[in-house]
Amino acid sequence: MAELFASTIWPVTVLVFQILLIVVPLLFAVAYLTYAERKVIAAMQLRQGPMVVGPYGLLQPLADGLKLFVKETVIPTGANKVVFLLAPMITFILALIGWAVIPFGDGLVLADINVGVLYLFAVSSLGVYGIIMAGWASNSRYAFLGALRSSAQMVSYEIAIGLIIISVLISAESLNLSEIVRAQGEQGWYVFWHFPMFVIFLVSILAETNRHPFDLPEDESSLVTGYNVEYSSMTFALFFLGEYANMILMSAIASVLFLGGWLPPLQVWPLTWIPGPLWFILKICLVLFVFIWARATLPRYRYDQLMRLGWKVLLPLSLAWVVLTAGVVVAFRHLPA
Amino acid sequence: MLALDKVARTVLLQELVKGFAMTLRYMFKPKVTLNYPYEKGPLSPRFRGEHALRRYPNGEERCIACKLCEAICPAQAITIESEPRADGSRRTTRYDIDMTKCIYCGFCEEACPVDAIVEGPNYEFAAETRAELIYTKEKLLANGERWEREIAANLERDAPYR
Repeated sequence: MAELFASTIWPVTVLVFQILLIVVPLLFAVAYLTYAERKVIAAMQLRQGPMVVGPYGLLQPLADGLKLFVKETVIPTGANKVVFLLAPMITFILALIGWAVIPFGDGLVLADINVGVLYLFAVSSLGVYGIIMAGWASNSRYAFLGALRSSAQMVSYEIAIGLIIISVLISAESLNLSEIVRAQGEQGWYVFWHFPMFVIFLVSILAETNRHPFDLPEDESSLVTGYNVEYSSMTFALFFLGEYANMILMSAIASVLFLGGWLPPLQVWPLTWIPGPLWFILKICLVLFVFIWARATLPRYRYDQLMRLGWKVLLPLSLAWVVLTAGVVVAFRHLPA
Repeated sequence: MLALDKVARTVLLQELVKGFAMTLRYMFKPKVTLNYPYEKGPLSPRFRGEHALRRYPNGEERCIACKLCEAICPAQAITIESEPRADGSRRTTRYDIDMTKCIYCGFCEEACPVDAIVEGPNYEFAAETRAELIYTKEKLLANGERWEREIAANLERDAPYR
């Protein structure tokens, strides 16, 4: 019995606890990201945003969640029930499992695997399945059009993201996210060395998470919100949570790849005194602010403009940068043999 | 050279940077919306809100049942019935305003020779049923008592322009 406890039960308990330690604050962050988004956009439009529920509207996310929770889940007659209900779950789960490899601090990571970047890339690519399944299972033409747009868009921009990640990998000489952060500690943050790629990465993750100005899958004016038209109640809430969790995940990836993860900007006293995870959270918030800022600033792209930008501008640029980075590494640094 | 300038602007994302700078600047400007139930905008002394029937300072009703307001009301929202009181003065026995018909044009207060019917500064009298919006004489007189201070002050402020 004691052996079973030591070999199985205890490690599993610890693992579950660690997972909860990540997921619970993440869900909390998702809830308050919606609040922050409404407040920031309101401020940029000279409005006040939510002010009624709780002091400064701070309880608004809880009220919204409760509202969605008590609503009825409507399943359309023509829908494929299993796929229809599976789609939001997949979106939500995929947005959560990416966090397994994100390093919150030196050694503070759930799964310190050596192919962390590849894993993240795979998870974010799978995200399109949730949307495609939702669009197809709804048996509604708006939902289907939204899903088609979304899949084409995510596939296109993933290529740019992949090439940008390759530039970073060449510089860091590792696929392990913790190693990438440590390499930035030695070489300086990649946001300085790869600044154009950082900008392109920000643009691409906007497209990847279907956010403004690339939110064509949810185009209200032409698709009456796109792939999630037929969803209501908790199924809709799961899509919503998934989208925002994805935003946070993408911001975390941007922080790890370009902004030095848990490292303080300078290794001097008052900055090193602040713990690493806090720096990491600060950087995530910064990137999230850019997400919201872009939404308040930019109008939506037309679909052909979106495709042109992805294939004819971002893809050649990132490809050229990969060649440049590789050339610099070959010329000035010895390659690991 | 012009082409080079254009290329430089495109590569440096000049328009995007400009746009983002503008929204960031606006974020720190003062908000223009009011937090309504707690903050309210200023009202003109001529504001035409909820109606009220006023009394003289000695407590006598101002209204003399001349029915000018009833006659001028373009929405025909006012209904008045009257008969002589015991002391021989003419008074209303009934003074109803259908607030669902009223268009808040203010003609009634313009027509009134004794400043009896007035539209006060209150605009928060939404009700849940239609019946609550059929105002009787009692309701209007109660309004007069409740809003007399504000109404009198507004009439005084507006007096120089009339």
